[in-house]
Amino acid sequence: MESFVTEIVAWLPHVGLSHFLIVSALLFALGIYGIATRRNAIMVLMGIELVLNAANINFIAFSHYGKNFDGQVAAIFVIILAAAEAAIALAIVLNIYHRFQTVNIDEVSTLKE
Amino acid sequence: MQLFDIVFFVFAFMTVASAFIVVFSKNMIYSAFALLFTFFGVAGLYVLLQADFLAVTQILIYVGGILVLLLFGVMLTNKVINVELKGGSMNTIPALMLVAVVAGTLGGLFYSTWKGTPAPAATTLATTTKTLGEMLMTGYLLPFEIASVILLVALIGAAMFARKKSKPAQS
Repeated sequence: MESFVTEIVAWLPHVGLSHFLIVSALLFALGIYGIATRRNAIMVLMGIELVLNAANINFIAFSHYGKNFDGQVAAIFVIILAAAEAAIALAIVLNIYHRFQTVNIDEVSTLKE
Repeated sequence: MQLFDIVFFVFAFMTVASAFIVVFSKNMIYSAFALLFTFFGVAGLYVLLQADFLAVTQILIYVGGILVLLLFGVMLTNKVINVELKGGSMNTIPALMLVAVVAGTLGGLFYSTWKGTPAPAATTLATTTKTLGEMLMTGYLLPFEIASVILLVALIGAAMFARKKSKPAQS
């Protein structure tokens, strides 16, 4: 345990690939928590955006440390799909609100009125 | 500790702390504005990783587009006048356990596998835009075209979904 702590303390100030990856892991976990716990559909969408950003950090970190541009192109496609997803999801949420007068996902549980 | 490390920790703290606020805040408006800082922090991390084009794209699309859309969603789906903009939580205990497992596994994996990765040799700081444009027009041409079709479909679909139902014309 002692040696592990000293190892961490020695590792922390020298920023490398693993630092970026761990930031993205934290962001991913927070996004998953938001998706799993929030009741409002728009908060769930915010959690999804956090998860997508975490994936993008991983892509770009590996692209930088691996000297390869493919990761950045993949990140561009992720951003494109995130934009399309946000537009469609917001349109669906607005429709749900017009029909049910709520966007709480545990109250919207019928297929048809 | 060099300047690079200090800037990294500033942006990493900004990203993770505001992501905490996004997830745990009771007020949805606070969450949306904390998401703004998360996106800016992530853009800063992109700059540190020498992805300048993607950093600018991140700010333009996420902050300028997606965040504004989300704010519109928050405003349009709540009765702002008499109800506070609150979104409750559910299943917090199982979700916390799940998230602790996910974060521990991913963090431990990343740490133990890539802790000693050498930094890439210092290169002249060239802009990545030209390289990315050439890659999109050569090796990634098919995904690029498919993405454009997807954007068109999303545009038309979202416009159709969000439109008010008009009554059928009397004939």
